Amino acid sequence: MEWLGVVVQGVLLGGLYALFATGLSLMFGVMRLVNIAHGDLIVLGAYIALSTVAILDVHPVIAMVLVVPIMGFVGYALQRTLLNRTLGADILPPLLVTFGLSVILQNALLEIYSADPQKLSAGPMETASVSFGSLSVGVFPLLTFVSAIVLIGLLQWVFYHTSLGREFRAVSDNQEIAQLMGINKAHVFGVAMALAFAVTAIAGILFGVRTSFDPSIGGGRLLLAFEAVIIGGLGNLWGTLAGGIILGVAQTVGGQINPGWQQLAGHIAFLFVLAIKPTGLFPRVAH
Amino acid sequence: MPDALLLAQKLDAFYGDFQALFGVNISVDAGEVLAIIGANGAGKSTLLRSLAGLIKNDSNQVVFKGQSIGDKRADTIARLGIALVPEGRQLFPSLSVEENLKLGAKVGRRGYWTLTSVYELFPILNERRNTAPTALSGGQQQMVAIARALMSNPEVILFDEISLGLAPVIINDIYNAFPTIIEQGVTAVIVEQDISRALSVASRVYCLQKGSVKLEGLTREKTRDAITAAYFGVAV
Amino acid sequence: MNADTKGVLKTTISRSSRVSIIAMVLSLVLMLVLAWAPYWAGRAEMRLLGELFLYLSLASLWNLMAGYAGLVSVGQQAYVGLGGYLLFALTMFGGLHPVAAVLLAGVFSAFLSLPVAILIFRLHGAYFAIGTWVIAEMFRLSFAQVQSLGGGSGTSLPIGVVKSLAASRSGRESLSYWLALGAVVFTLGFVFFFMRSKKGLALTAIRDSEAGAAELGINIWRSKLEVYVYTSAITGVIGGLIFLQKLRISPDAAFSVSDWTAFVIFIVVIGGIGTLEGPIIGTLLFFILRESMADLGTTYLMILGLVAIVIMLKAPQGIWGLIRQKFDIELFPLSYFVHQKDASTQKSSGA
Repeated sequence: MEWLGVVVQGVLLGGLYALFATGLSLMFGVMRLVNIAHGDLIVLGAYIALSTVAILDVHPVIAMVLVVPIMGFVGYALQRTLLNRTLGADILPPLLVTFGLSVILQNALLEIYSADPQKLSAGPMETASVSFGSLSVGVFPLLTFVSAIVLIGLLQWVFYHTSLGREFRAVSDNQEIAQLMGINKAHVFGVAMALAFAVTAIAGILFGVRTSFDPSIGGGRLLLAFEAVIIGGLGNLWGTLAGGIILGVAQTVGGQINPGWQQLAGHIAFLFVLAIKPTGLFPRVAH
Repeated sequence: MPDALLLAQKLDAFYGDFQALFGVNISVDAGEVLAIIGANGAGKSTLLRSLAGLIKNDSNQVVFKGQSIGDKRADTIARLGIALVPEGRQLFPSLSVEENLKLGAKVGRRGYWTLTSVYELFPILNERRNTAPTALSGGQQQMVAIARALMSNPEVILFDEISLGLAPVIINDIYNAFPTIIEQGVTAVIVEQDISRALSVASRVYCLQKGSVKLEGLTREKTRDAITAAYFGVAV
Repeated sequence: MNADTKGVLKTTISRSSRVSIIAMVLSLVLMLVLAWAPYWAGRAEMRLLGELFLYLSLASLWNLMAGYAGLVSVGQQAYVGLGGYLLFALTMFGGLHPVAAVLLAGVFSAFLSLPVAILIFRLHGAYFAIGTWVIAEMFRLSFAQVQSLGGGSGTSLPIGVVKSLAASRSGRESLSYWLALGAVVFTLGFVFFFMRSKKGLALTAIRDSEAGAAELGINIWRSKLEVYVYTSAITGVIGGLIFLQKLRISPDAAFSVSDWTAFVIFIVVIGGIGTLEGPIIGTLLFFILRESMADLGTTYLMILGLVAIVIMLKAPQGIWGLIRQKFDIELFPLSYFVHQKDASTQKSSGA
């Protein structure tokens, strides 16, 4: 029974990792951009929420209403002014520019908020739990997991059932021909980035409520996001959720055996999947 | 020619350092069907890509309805009413047939062409509307590409090598749709390697050779020999 | 122009030019002067120079991978840290002399890099980059578990081991300086001769067009694997030398992504990626910036990030690329030159 609890916790933790990964997956899916600063953006989301909570004296979940559009706007602006210039056949410019961005973000956060760990406080909901028989599950992790499912479902719907989704898929398939259809690709990329940043902001806030954070931890979040994407298979959001769950379960099970192995177990699970199925467990099948 | 619908004036076009067009002058009158012929590498596709905005030029090298558009982006030009049916069909593989067509209507120009009317033109597409374009035959793919361009209700439609790689009987099917397309008042520019096919529908012809115009005129006034000579670059 | 030239032309093809010969002579002189440093430089300068040499080595190796082999890694700290930890483990538990331990660390790194490569070569482009980071993170987490090496908080090199290097402090400092100088000379020489070898030519072909290279019968995977293993081995040695200078190691310091990868990438990008001269110029500039702006702390790092972004967008060939474009020179020639006795111009074939 103890192990069942551990696995359930891992699954719920996987929801958070899937949220980390969704933004990354979206950026790659639409514009083939791999963003090294992604982890720092998750942390940025948490910090913007921290300031919002401090200034407006609101609950972090309420702060989302403000933080998500702010991050979305930042994403759009960043794509239009900077990242669009890096896209092309060469992989170095986007990689190195987002790498530079990561260093700038980390140090800016350090300058503003110092290196002291911070945490978003969500009050009683953090410790509340519900019981399923003898199994007790935290309300907040459950809420995080449900958010992941709802958000991924929503993004899937946007991708496959709206005209915006058609444009996303079209620019992803062939940028040049998409332009012939009257699509302004710079704008569509901006919108995709705004969406990715919005999801990332939600991930950052949920993360900031769950654990304490400081400016230096972005790298670790990037790795988790990346591993979830690769395990699940590129371009498949439901696969990314599965990837997150595998990582989460590996971590909680590893941590149960030896607390020092928690993170290592996640990485080992990733390498294991990479060894047996390099394209990920659920690579995108042709539409 | 001040009343031409679409003009290329002293058009030079480059791919990086490589110059593909050298001072090309072309004028397209409203309502006509114009053929552009030439051998491989003569610059035909480059010309169409320049007209559609996929290659940036100086502003006044391309003029559409009196407006200089040579430096405009492809999506802006599409909204102005110039559509390109690209060489090799180039459908979006992640979109179903109907989604490809709907995307064609994205420019928001209203007119005769809607899903209903393009399905009337190519009934087979209605049957296969929910299929992935990769599952279609080459001819059907070409129909989607043409229908997708029509969905934007363009004033000028540019066809790049629409018969390339297709069986003659399929090419007939596609060319049979031409009269219906032209009836709706659209101006067409056809690039073809198949000279007789192009000349059968076009009223005027330009012949490109090594990036320059070598011959132009009404198709009925030009002899086969003159065109062949210009095509292959033999002195007449 | 050459086509118009009448008469018999004597055409020779070589890699050297007058500039490159002068550069070679000057580098030899510089090397001798630098080797003499313990007799003319102060303790602080020697320390700084030693650090500079090791950074230049890391930068040249990263450049070989990213600029020539197309293997963009953000995880080279894996081998820096591994080399450092192996130095500590082999001297403390194996009783080896530090220099022997450092060399053995290189051999170990090479062996370990092989299975690592087989796994992460399944990832491509930017995903490969992040994959290398995962590996480095795993190394960090693993060494943090080794209690005999201090676990998460790290350990210092025992005094006995330090003394085995040389009896006096100044003797130790000179030796560690010479080791760093030797390492950078070896690394630069290795990259230079590797790129001039047949393998280097294959890499250049791969960089220009993977499809084309494959048609020439070049085994792309194998060529990249070789580069990965060689650079990992040398990076391991450099890592050993870095922590031989520091005398203290911890998982966070040994596997620091900002110290051993971010700075190295900035050096190469600013100097000029895909050139031998770029990392040299980048390292000099990096140290000048660091020494003059160290007080600024985080602001300095933000400026560094900003400079790298601007260079990547506005002048992706870096500072050396701009210089080369302007003057058409190569100090350490990899390209071939065509010399024509009667013609007044020399033209680089741009190999």
